[in-house]
Amino acid sequence: MNHFELFDLPAAFNIDAAVLQQRYRKLQQTLHPDRFANGTEREKLLAVQRTAQLNDAYQTLRSPLSRAEYLLALRGIELAHEQTTVQDPEFLMAQMEWRERIATIKDWSTLESAYKDLQEEMRDLQMVLEQQLNQNADQDAAMTVRKLKFMHKLHHELERIEDII
Amino acid sequence: MAYSDKVIDHYENPRNVGAFDKDDPNVATGMVGAPACGDVMRLQLKINDDGVIEDARFKTYGCGSAIASSSLVTEWVKGKTVEEAEQLKNTEIAEELALPPVKIHCSILAEDAIKAAIADYRNKKQAS
Repeated sequence: MNHFELFDLPAAFNIDAAVLQQRYRKLQQTLHPDRFANGTEREKLLAVQRTAQLNDAYQTLRSPLSRAEYLLALRGIELAHEQTTVQDPEFLMAQMEWRERIATIKDWSTLESAYKDLQEEMRDLQMVLEQQLNQNADQDAAMTVRKLKFMHKLHHELERIEDII
Repeated sequence: MAYSDKVIDHYENPRNVGAFDKDDPNVATGMVGAPACGDVMRLQLKINDDGVIEDARFKTYGCGSAIASSSLVTEWVKGKTVEEAEQLKNTEIAEELALPPVKIHCSILAEDAIKAAIADYRNKKQAS
């Protein structure tokens, strides 16, 4: 059973987040340790294992980026982030500019405007990704997923700065 | 995770950091990025009319291993011909820097940066 089937959702990028959360909570309850208080050791162990699987499935589907990666994996697209390099010069130039901009952030107002711009770019990329996945343009979607990973990295950098500012 | 002494040396004293004018006809620029960690690397080679790499510069945003890999590459390619530089393998970089398996992609990034720069060199030559 794949993660989508577990939550009785269609294997698609667009899923109803509220429904996902609702079904997650319901499944969580059925596996709660209290229910197995009088069960056998084997039943208890199984419940723990299923809970771990359930949490993993929920986390994967909850975030759009990991949901897209999972969906592509189901469609047989191996993303192989460790072996792949991105060579799109325009995109990389923009990444360099982002890094330079982040290096100059010194106060809340510049941090805030960076967050705003970054989130906007991420939203745009996510919309592109949604279209590509809906049209089964899987190779294009894989490239967009890779780009989004760079954007997430930038987001982490901003969070790191937020902690020290 | 512990970095090797060579990685630390390159990280603390990176060689050839900076940039050349990318519009200079003798300058080739290679840009690559690693989705696994979001690292970005720019490698520039100054190549003379005999096809020998006279100088190199890099700018890398990433972890210590990515910075060390690109720093090492700028040292290695200097004095080499384009054809020789093209033969450089990521395994040689990883071995020299004693990179752990989880950091092998940093050396792949550096190898791909050389290839991207050389591709840019050939494009420029064809265009001129």
